[in-house]
Amino acid sequence: MTVDTLRLTAEETNGLLTRKEASSDEIYRAYLEAIDARDEELHAFLHVCDDDPGEGIPIAVKDVIGTRGIPTTAGSKILESYVPVYDATVIERCRARGLRVIGKTNTDEFAMGSSTENSSFGPSRNPWDPSRVPGGSGGGSAAAVSGGLAPWALGSDTGGSIKQPAALCGHVGLRPTYGTVSRFGVVAFASSLDQVGPVAKSVRDCAFLYSVIAGRDENDSTTVDVPAVELPRNHDLKGLRIGVPTEMNDDAPGIEPGVRDAVRKAIELAESLGASVDECSLPLSVEYGVACYYLVAPAEASANLARYDGVRFGLREDGADFREMVMKTRDVGFGDEPKRRIMIGTYALSSGYYDAYYGTAQRVRTAIKREHDALFERFDVLVSPTSPTVAFPLGAKIDDPVAMYMNDVLTIPSCMAGLPGLNVPCGLSEGLPVGLQLIGPQFGENTLFRAGHALERALGFDVVPERLR
Amino acid sequence: MSTWEPVIGLEIHVQLKTETKMFCRCRNGFGGEPNTQTCPVCLGFPGALPVPNRRAIEETIKLGLALDCEIAERAVFHRKNYFYPDLPKAYQISQYDEPLCSHGKLAVPTPDGEPVIGITRAHLEEDAAKNIHVAASGRIRGATATLVDFNRGGTPLVEIVTEPDIHDSETAKRFLQLLRQTVVELGLSDAELEKGSMRFDVNVSVRPAGSDELRTRTELKNMNSFNFAAKGIEREIARQIRVYEEGGTVEQETLHFDPAHEESPPMRSKEEAQDYRYFPEPDLVPVHPPEDLVDRFRTEIGELPGARIRRIADTLSFYDADVLVTGGLDRLWSAVVDAGADPKEAANVLANQFVATGTDVSAVDAGELAKLVQARAEIPRAAFDEALAKVGEAGFSADPYLAQKVVADASELDPVIDRIIEANAGQAAQYRGGKHGLLGFFVGQVMKETGGKADPRVVNERVRAKLG
Amino acid sequence: MARITRDEVLHVARLARLELSDDEVSKFQEQLSDILEAVSKVAELDLADVPPTAHPLAIENAWADDVPRPCLPLDEVFANAPDRDGDYFRTPPA
Repeated sequence: MTVDTLRLTAEETNGLLTRKEASSDEIYRAYLEAIDARDEELHAFLHVCDDDPGEGIPIAVKDVIGTRGIPTTAGSKILESYVPVYDATVIERCRARGLRVIGKTNTDEFAMGSSTENSSFGPSRNPWDPSRVPGGSGGGSAAAVSGGLAPWALGSDTGGSIKQPAALCGHVGLRPTYGTVSRFGVVAFASSLDQVGPVAKSVRDCAFLYSVIAGRDENDSTTVDVPAVELPRNHDLKGLRIGVPTEMNDDAPGIEPGVRDAVRKAIELAESLGASVDECSLPLSVEYGVACYYLVAPAEASANLARYDGVRFGLREDGADFREMVMKTRDVGFGDEPKRRIMIGTYALSSGYYDAYYGTAQRVRTAIKREHDALFERFDVLVSPTSPTVAFPLGAKIDDPVAMYMNDVLTIPSCMAGLPGLNVPCGLSEGLPVGLQLIGPQFGENTLFRAGHALERALGFDVVPERLR
Repeated sequence: MSTWEPVIGLEIHVQLKTETKMFCRCRNGFGGEPNTQTCPVCLGFPGALPVPNRRAIEETIKLGLALDCEIAERAVFHRKNYFYPDLPKAYQISQYDEPLCSHGKLAVPTPDGEPVIGITRAHLEEDAAKNIHVAASGRIRGATATLVDFNRGGTPLVEIVTEPDIHDSETAKRFLQLLRQTVVELGLSDAELEKGSMRFDVNVSVRPAGSDELRTRTELKNMNSFNFAAKGIEREIARQIRVYEEGGTVEQETLHFDPAHEESPPMRSKEEAQDYRYFPEPDLVPVHPPEDLVDRFRTEIGELPGARIRRIADTLSFYDADVLVTGGLDRLWSAVVDAGADPKEAANVLANQFVATGTDVSAVDAGELAKLVQARAEIPRAAFDEALAKVGEAGFSADPYLAQKVVADASELDPVIDRIIEANAGQAAQYRGGKHGLLGFFVGQVMKETGGKADPRVVNERVRAKLG
Repeated sequence: MARITRDEVLHVARLARLELSDDEVSKFQEQLSDILEAVSKVAELDLADVPPTAHPLAIENAWADDVPRPCLPLDEVFANAPDRDGDYFRTPPA
């Protein structure tokens, strides 16, 4: 039988398997054929696996997640030849459920970016309009799921790298609560922010994949046990208290009218489903979140990326002595964005500047966390657009790092606070998807799934890109 | 008259003898084949994460308690950033402004008092790996390549830093010996200088006596014995005084001793040495030592070496007490004395002949050893030595040796002596002619003839009388 | 807020072991100045009484028992090594 890779959710694909309407191999091959047909245009994948073992359905994996025996480049030339000798914990957990890695998806180099244009191996393209970016850094996973090249995928999110591409490509993505999903085996960008999460076509798929990967890992000291995941079945939102932070909605910096309108409609719909809706405020988080993030994340990155020294793995350039070898290796191996962030982070940590930059940013982080905590005493979820804009054309922001950073203004604050966030597509603006961001309290994933599921049903958004229907 | 006061501070690294490394569960062992005790974590592979070793944290707390430190309610690991082949992540996980132990002190018994040395901090960190600089000429400067073995990389290391409270090389040496004995007794480390499981650096400066300024200090590194350290400190103090008295200034520098064992970090440029960009290690969470655990450790720590030196010095001389305690012999000594041996005699035997046998202290039956010590004058030397060499064997009994009484009866010895004088008439004539150094020759011959059983004192006396 | 100087760019590049061409130094001086200006916003707030957050998760004492686990076989230790000499990693002289 033919497998409609564009339309079927992972749950539906798995149904083919359990009802014995298609074998695991048939399903795997159907996705390989879809990749053959469409990936030349989308460039979602950096590596495609011809035949990964397992009895279940396929999964695409962002290329920052280490896979034993399968190249893992993190989108960087410095890891072009790197093949891990161990699986990340999330991969072990997926394999234990029979999931088969179909390929490694494109990413901004070391997950640093909002468009995948910082990938050393060329950008991915948005399945809704290939002249536009799919978002980033997880643009490859987003394009793969949206373009029907994988039923679902694993992404990683530091300041919005799961949520923002999901918004720009019109599907669902969850950034889990910090500490619920193991980072062991995942190429580090910023350790106190990085989280692996599911990228999928439906909220139920997202919830299921989250249940597969979440939970304490003895190899990651920053993980904890998580509440049991409930697959959402509800149709209404009775009793749900929704907060609408004005700074992230009508007053959001750089918000496009079409985005604002689509999100407003979704909020009205939520009210009609029984939710109570009230305005609220996150003044400090929105105003200072991006600045705080672009100090904390680069500082951690400057140390995390120091291990790429040409000694044990990865690229090595010749040099007369150790120092020269390391400097040349890193010059040739890293692209501009990692270099910029390594230098900003090094500067922020260096003697004389630590207190003014990194130290202050850590205090701002406390303030952001407190501001969110206070709101969650009154609300169950906060809502806003995920991205202030729809997908922008390739090249539009590549020469202006600060403009590119501002694209994350709505996703960053909750990441700094360690909170979970879910993107649910909520409509179109200029023919391009608009994403609704639902932010929950710490460990509030089940609430997000319930809210997201009911809205998704009521919205009836078609996740298949118009031009591919 | 001396108008200068030396100011000395110590920085000591002790390798913990845990089963596994500090942040991964690779074996922490000495001498494995290169790179066989490694994993993604201690090789710094992408995605690998540290998980602290609980026992290493506990042992550092124990040491902190033994050094009278405050145990932090919240201790944090930091990253210390620099590039070197033996540092796989290009940062060392160490501790910075929130160490596990701080504000401690250690009183150091000396013959003339008991200076109290402040302990600034004792913290936990991971060790670097081992670089081997390969050179055609064998000189480091001419190295053609560096080879790296990561077996030692990531093993747990406690760093102890003292206040600059030490004012003479002898106290510095005694402090180091006392600290070494303390970590050995606590079971933390072998603390063997030759193996590098204990290493130390010494900061030395001098100032006009009576002032409390701190002048430029020099750092002495890579000293592989306590005596060598004391001599090095003496020399450096003298050099600095000379420099000042000649109107010069002391430059801040690092003086490397024992270049054959050089394993020190790289010579870094000043700007880098001053900028390690410490920040809290985001892959780890804070340590909050549970109160009940700390309390339990506190009660488990017995009488510490310094206190025992003090106590034993009431019975013996300070030097004997010091040798027994820093040599790890005092508990056996107490047991031997309790079993009836003479304290001074027991101390002599333990500190000299017993140590030379290399016997494991814990294997010795103190009662049997006490019998030997008491009978020492009455049994042949050879029998005593043999018995001492076997005193650590299972089921050892002193009785067969005690049965071999020494021959001290002149009537038994005289015929032997006569025979030997007769057989060596030439030497006898020379002796009588004034060459009295030959006495030893005759005594030796008699001892040999009697199979070592003769009492040397009596033999001496009789030979002298007969040749007289 | 003052812009980052050329010397400061070179200083952080050296600390981070990045060799930069003259063109790169000029380009990064410009871009890093813009970024620093944007992030310097954090200094506007009075946060003297606010403690720093190093980690969004309030947990402590995550540690493991001192029990050995298997190490990597040598072929995996060296699987990605750019230069190997016997069972050692080899680098230009340090």
